Amino acid sequence: MKAAGVLVAIALALALQTSLARFVVGGTAALDLVLVVVVYVALTSGPVTGMLAGSIAGIVQDALSSGTVGIGGLAKAIVGFAAGVIGQQFIVTAAFPRFVMFVAATVVHSALFMGLYVVLGLKEFPSPWAAVLSQALANAVVGIIGFAIIESLPGAIERRKYRRSRR
Amino acid sequence: MAVIDIRRRTGYLFLAVIVGHVILISTQVTTKRGVPMLEEAVFGVFSEVQRAANSVTIGVRGSWQNYFALQQVRTENEQLKQQLGELQVRLQEERNLAQQSQGLQKLLALKTSTALSTTGASVIAGGASPEFRTITVDKGTGGGVRADMAVISPAGVVGRVIQPSARASKVQLLIDRNAAAGALIERTRAQGVVVGTGADELRMDYVSGSADVKAGDTVVTSGIDGIYPKGFVIGQIQSVRRGAGQYTSIVIKPAVDFTSLEAVLIVLAPSPAATEATGTAGANRDRE
Repeated sequence: MKAAGVLVAIALALALQTSLARFVVGGTAALDLVLVVVVYVALTSGPVTGMLAGSIAGIVQDALSSGTVGIGGLAKAIVGFAAGVIGQQFIVTAAFPRFVMFVAATVVHSALFMGLYVVLGLKEFPSPWAAVLSQALANAVVGIIGFAIIESLPGAIERRKYRRSRR
Repeated sequence: MAVIDIRRRTGYLFLAVIVGHVILISTQVTTKRGVPMLEEAVFGVFSEVQRAANSVTIGVRGSWQNYFALQQVRTENEQLKQQLGELQVRLQEERNLAQQSQGLQKLLALKTSTALSTTGASVIAGGASPEFRTITVDKGTGGGVRADMAVISPAGVVGRVIQPSARASKVQLLIDRNAAAGALIERTRAQGVVVGTGADELRMDYVSGSADVKAGDTVVTSGIDGIYPKGFVIGQIQSVRRGAGQYTSIVIKPAVDFTSLEAVLIVLAPSPAATEATGTAGANRDRE
């Protein structure tokens, strides 16, 4: 059940990512929803689940893009595993630690992703810092909002049921 | 304890996922040489494995060849040594046959060149005692051989038959201390008697003190002894010592190498000179 939920979340993130990509100016990825989902899964489910989720999501993302299949998967698997380990070792329930976690995860993911491409001689990334920073901030904001929405969903439903019952 | 197990399992899983991704990437990325990275990595790894296997194989083969196979090499070496020995023996036999053939050719040439009736004989034994210089030949009375027949070789006079049997004969060599032969110096025709000394040299006695004799002169048979045909070479004068009016010592080096006699000719018919020389002193001197 949990695995199915993770897969559905990844699928939704990919669908949203591909839908939103055409609206991004200049084609630059200012947001990585798949990475946000991976970090969320890792923080809530642990390193193994985070790693597997990152691996699967990254491979699918690579397959859907024109890049080398596996590089994104490797980067996301490492990030998912690391995020899961940190989530187990530290209390990451407040907004700021989560923000930091999303920023750090994005930076690490970008470093791994771009680093592998550069090391393998497949692609160059001149001056990536601005794009990486903007993506990190965007991912962090989306991640915190996502966390807040998901965490408020059970209570909201109950409150809505409760208001309907009082009418 | 359970936490440790989970961590261990997690670590292995993480490692497996990383390796899987690296392999996945390697299948798609090519190197600068245009070869897929996975292929090059696999080839590189397996080439090292092959190199190691080859080293092990070479090492094992080297050990086998250097240690274990030495036994086979030793056996082969012994076989080769045996073959070499057999070949050396065969070579000596062939060489011996060639030398015998050469000797027989010379003997045949002598037989055809002389008007004497001769028969060839092979030396089958040497003297039984060093005090008597004799040989045994393989021709006896069955071959027409009789006592006091002359025995010659291509090099010169050998001796005379002293004891014939049915199938073999004993020959007294000219160097025997009891042997003698009528002789003359070829250059000056000075006559004398050549006698054996028991050693590897001859002595010429009864030479006139007025005769011209010097070292290097050739001494031949005179035929007056009734045994040796005339004109056969006995040897060369090695040294001459002259006393008061007569020769005290004339030493002759025999023309025949008595140590290497293999085949000889026995003169069956007496020479004309020997026939004429009747009543002369016998060549055989019995000193004992």
